[in-house]
Amino acid sequence: MAGKPKTILVACGTGIATSTVVANLVEEALRDRGFNIHVKQCKVAEVQAHLDGVDLIVTTTQLSGNFGVPIIKTLAFLTGIGKEDALKQIIDALNTAKV
Amino acid sequence: MNKVLELLEPSAVVLNYEARDAEEIISVLGEKLREAGYVQDTFVAGALERERSMPTGLPLGGEINAAIPHTEIQHVKRAGLSLATLAREISFHNMVSPEEEVPVRLVVLMALDQPKAQVEMLMKVSELLQNECLIQKIMQAHTYEDVRDALSDL
Repeated sequence: MAGKPKTILVACGTGIATSTVVANLVEEALRDRGFNIHVKQCKVAEVQAHLDGVDLIVTTTQLSGNFGVPIIKTLAFLTGIGKEDALKQIIDALNTAKV
Repeated sequence: MNKVLELLEPSAVVLNYEARDAEEIISVLGEKLREAGYVQDTFVAGALERERSMPTGLPLGGEINAAIPHTEIQHVKRAGLSLATLAREISFHNMVSPEEEVPVRLVVLMALDQPKAQVEMLMKVSELLQNECLIQKIMQAHTYEDVRDALSDL
């Protein structure tokens, strides 16, 4: 897929554990589907500081506030439940993200 | 040897434990990791605080649900894992929807020492969480060796 890579910010409580799993799985799944993406990780408490260039936020914890980009809250990549559905949501969000 | 087995501290594997609540099992496992030299004295308090503010209960869709308590790297000396199977379900809160309670019987308390350093172990833990058959084997384990044998399939 041509164009500028889309950036996904993956957030979790500590920014080192569950977001690592989610970032790896999301990146792999999207690359397999031909997406040109860049994945970053952070703590949920630090989302605001990491928003630069971000098209979509994926989080495994609660995240309140409006960051001007879509937010997908899901445990699917950790537990396997609803993984295809979560991937579809991510892809839909990326496809509608502003270029 | 896979990374989960490599990092799992045998003395921090607690089987068929009767815990009153989440705080108790986090304290028991954290204390074992401290005794074995993996974590600072502040680790248990850090893990309890983190669990209160950002819980780690995970509904797995089968008979057994899990929780994966962990905390900030400054409480950790070196990476390690501890594991408990619980005789009875205890209540954790759902990671993504904290207002929901999750009845948990498998607890994997993780000590992580550096950001992104334990990718392989974390990926294996998520594989474990997604493998109901393997979880059943661990729930039936009576000794560390039983757990080791089960995890060697990861």
